[in-house]
Amino acid sequence: MKLLQERIQKQQIGESLIIQTAVRLLVPFIQIFGLYVIVHGHYSPGGGFQGGVLLGSSFIILALAFDLKTSQRLMSERANAVLGNAGALIFVGVAALCAIFGGLFLDYSALDVIIPLGPIEWRSFGIFLVEVGVGLAVMSIMVSLFWDMGSAGKMDEGL
Amino acid sequence: MKGLALIATLITGAILLYGTMDFPAWGDPHSPASGYLSTTYIEKAVEETHVPNLVTAVLGDYRGYDTMFETVVIYCAGMVVVSVLRRNKKEQVEKKT
Repeated sequence: MKLLQERIQKQQIGESLIIQTAVRLLVPFIQIFGLYVIVHGHYSPGGGFQGGVLLGSSFIILALAFDLKTSQRLMSERANAVLGNAGALIFVGVAALCAIFGGLFLDYSALDVIIPLGPIEWRSFGIFLVEVGVGLAVMSIMVSLFWDMGSAGKMDEGL
Repeated sequence: MKGLALIATLITGAILLYGTMDFPAWGDPHSPASGYLSTTYIEKAVEETHVPNLVTAVLGDYRGYDTMFETVVIYCAGMVVVSVLRRNKKEQVEKKT
C-alpha cells in the first residue's frame, strides 16, 4: 500500500490538469441533473434513490480528481452527517405526522389538516417530500461510504 | 472439493432452469402476477394520487413501507461503516505511546 502511494506520488497520477478542469466543469451539471432527477421523479424515470446517487457521485468525482480534502472543503463531514440524518428523518417524520394527524402511517392524505390542498394533491406532494428525504439520505451515505472506505477511516488523503 | 461444488452448482442450475418452464409467457395478461393488484394500480393510480408516473406512485405511496425501510437499510449501512471505520487522529496517537 505504501509502495503504491509512493509510486502514485512520483508519477502524480490523478493530478492531471485536463481531468481536474473537466471535473470542475462537470460537477455543477451533475448536481443540477441530480436535483432534476429527484424533483422530476413524478413525471419521468427517476426519484430519490437515483438522484441521491447522482448528487453523491458529484462529490466522489471531486475526491477522485483532486483529493479528499477538496471534497470535504465543499461538503464538510458535519454537514454531510446532518444532511443524511435529516433525510432519513424527513421520511420517517412525514410518515409519523400522517399518523399523528389522524390518518394511517404513511397515508399522506391525512396531512390535509395542516395545509388544505385536498387529499389527492397531498398524496402527490407527500411522495415528493419523501423523495427529497430519500435523496438527501442516499447522497450523504454514498459520500460518507466513499470517504471512509477510501481513506480507511482516517480522512487524510484517500485514493 | 472444487469438482463437488461445480457438480452441485450445475445440478442446482439445471433444476432452476427446469423450473422456469412452468412460468407464464412474458406479458401474459392472465398470469397471476398481472391478475390481481397490478390492474388496480394501473387503472386507479393516476386518479388517486395525481402522479403521472406509475412507478413513483407505487414506490412512494402504495409501497411506502418498502421504500421507507430501503432508506433505513441504506442509512444503517452508512452508520455502521462510519462507526466501524472512522477514527480520530488523537486516539491513534494515544495508542502508539
